[in-house]
Amino acid sequence: MSDATTGPAPRQGGSGAAISIRGVGKEYAAAAGPVRALTPTDLEVKPGEFVVLLGPSGCGKTTLLRMLAGLVTPTEGSISIGERKLFAEGDSKPSHDALDSLGFVFQAPNLLPWRKVWRNIALPLETKGVSRAERKERAVELARAVGLEDFLDHYPKQLSGGMQQRVAIARALIHEPSILLMDEPFGALDAMTRDQMNLLLQELWLETGKTIVLVTHSISEAVFLADRVVLLSSRPGRVKDVVDVEFARPRDLLVQNDAGFGESVERLREQLGGHE
Amino acid sequence: MATLADTSKAPTSESASRARTKPGRGDGPAWLLWVTTPLLLAAFLGAWKAYTVVFEVSELVVPPPEQVGATLVDLMGQSMLYEATYVTLYETIVGFSIAAVVGIGLGILLGKVRLLERILSPFLVATQVVPKVAIVPILLLWFGFGLEPKIFMAAIISFFVMMQNTILGIRSVEPGHRDLMRVIQAPWWKRVLSLDVPSAMPAILTGIELGIVFAITGAIVGEYLGGDDGLGALATVMLASLRTDQLFAVVIVMTVLGFLLYAVVAAIRRFAIPWHESSGRATSL
Repeated sequence: MSDATTGPAPRQGGSGAAISIRGVGKEYAAAAGPVRALTPTDLEVKPGEFVVLLGPSGCGKTTLLRMLAGLVTPTEGSISIGERKLFAEGDSKPSHDALDSLGFVFQAPNLLPWRKVWRNIALPLETKGVSRAERKERAVELARAVGLEDFLDHYPKQLSGGMQQRVAIARALIHEPSILLMDEPFGALDAMTRDQMNLLLQELWLETGKTIVLVTHSISEAVFLADRVVLLSSRPGRVKDVVDVEFARPRDLLVQNDAGFGESVERLREQLGGHE
Repeated sequence: MATLADTSKAPTSESASRARTKPGRGDGPAWLLWVTTPLLLAAFLGAWKAYTVVFEVSELVVPPPEQVGATLVDLMGQSMLYEATYVTLYETIVGFSIAAVVGIGLGILLGKVRLLERILSPFLVATQVVPKVAIVPILLLWFGFGLEPKIFMAAIISFFVMMQNTILGIRSVEPGHRDLMRVIQAPWWKRVLSLDVPSAMPAILTGIELGIVFAITGAIVGEYLGGDDGLGALATVMLASLRTDQLFAVVIVMTVLGFLLYAVVAAIRRFAIPWHESSGRATSL
């Protein structure tokens, strides 16, 4: 177990962190007065690290992830992506430069139903001056990486939920971001598909060396995937603990039978208290 | 289904029920309309005929169907009918096209810019609550007895429904898709072209289907009230000369024309949005 949140403060920008979160909090305005979604939080993610944000609903994990993607503006604090500031203290809009190095996978696949699979995958390249031939080539490459090379000309509604989410992952990776943000990406899938997707994700991560921040409310998924689990608790959302997970890679599904796996799951479950 | 519990019988009854329901997607077989439409039409003509016989209605009020049929065949031999149909069709299509461009364009703009919609909506509603038949004399004053006032009528009557449906469609874009466009940093024009317009397309097509029907109504109302050209003017001439059978025949021609225009527009849905649930199924009016 390590406590990254209160370690010595890294130098501004030059710390070599992939993501640097300093005192970031979020308060939503509501009719009955402001509602605090996340108390000011510090967190550093190292390049190539797989960090899982784990917590019950209402703990601010999705809010934190959406702030990293520039979809939500922090009430206070600053966020850096690599050397670039995404939100400086007091910024109301994210910096576009910093967003270039991010890919985002939503809870729902969010595929455009009028586009075939390959054109969904290639969508992010369309505003980046990439020729159609090259877009297609890249989309085919990514489709192969997620095992969908035979479905390039299918429409999303012809695919299963797991396959749709594979398309979404390929789309998030096509502009070669160094960081992949994932918001409960497999939450809507059945248990068996979910296991397969976890294995696929680990494989992609080991091959590409991306930095991944994934949000989930499944303890076993968190322990299976993560280098580090950041445990959040709710009302108000805050970081409760950070747990290192040190099983060798690549992990297979049998790692769940390991005594250490059960211990980690148990420790996290205890800290979550009445939740889940 | 009761047979589901009975495992020994399940395979046969299951495949049988699938074969029965599949072609019509649960609402009857594909050939249904080819049977019911002629039957209902025959029943209607029979009732019409019976009414004229039983109540001895004057043929000046309700001519019997066979007389209307004969008159229709007779009219179809005269160039006058085709000239009138051509004029009405022309007015309808030009008016509808203007209305589609303005209505859909304005709908996209107002759907995207809510502030503008709030500011303009009283005026847009006002254009609709003005009884449009009442402004025909003004249109005649401005444009004379030519085609322009009818084109204007067709356009103003059909524009609103197309605009409203477009606004509705733009507003119904999925929030998750909007987030996606933000995450990939798509500029505003890319969001409009690659998200808003395709998302709104089912609603826009519904507006177009309704719009074409409104447009032909507008053109014919315009013709009734002024000028010598078109099916509407032809109908008023026949009424004035008490040729009720010819009046009925012209109404049938109008109906067929409206039907054809609607069918063409509804067919567009099939290839414009093959991905959508509604594809292959026209909006019922």
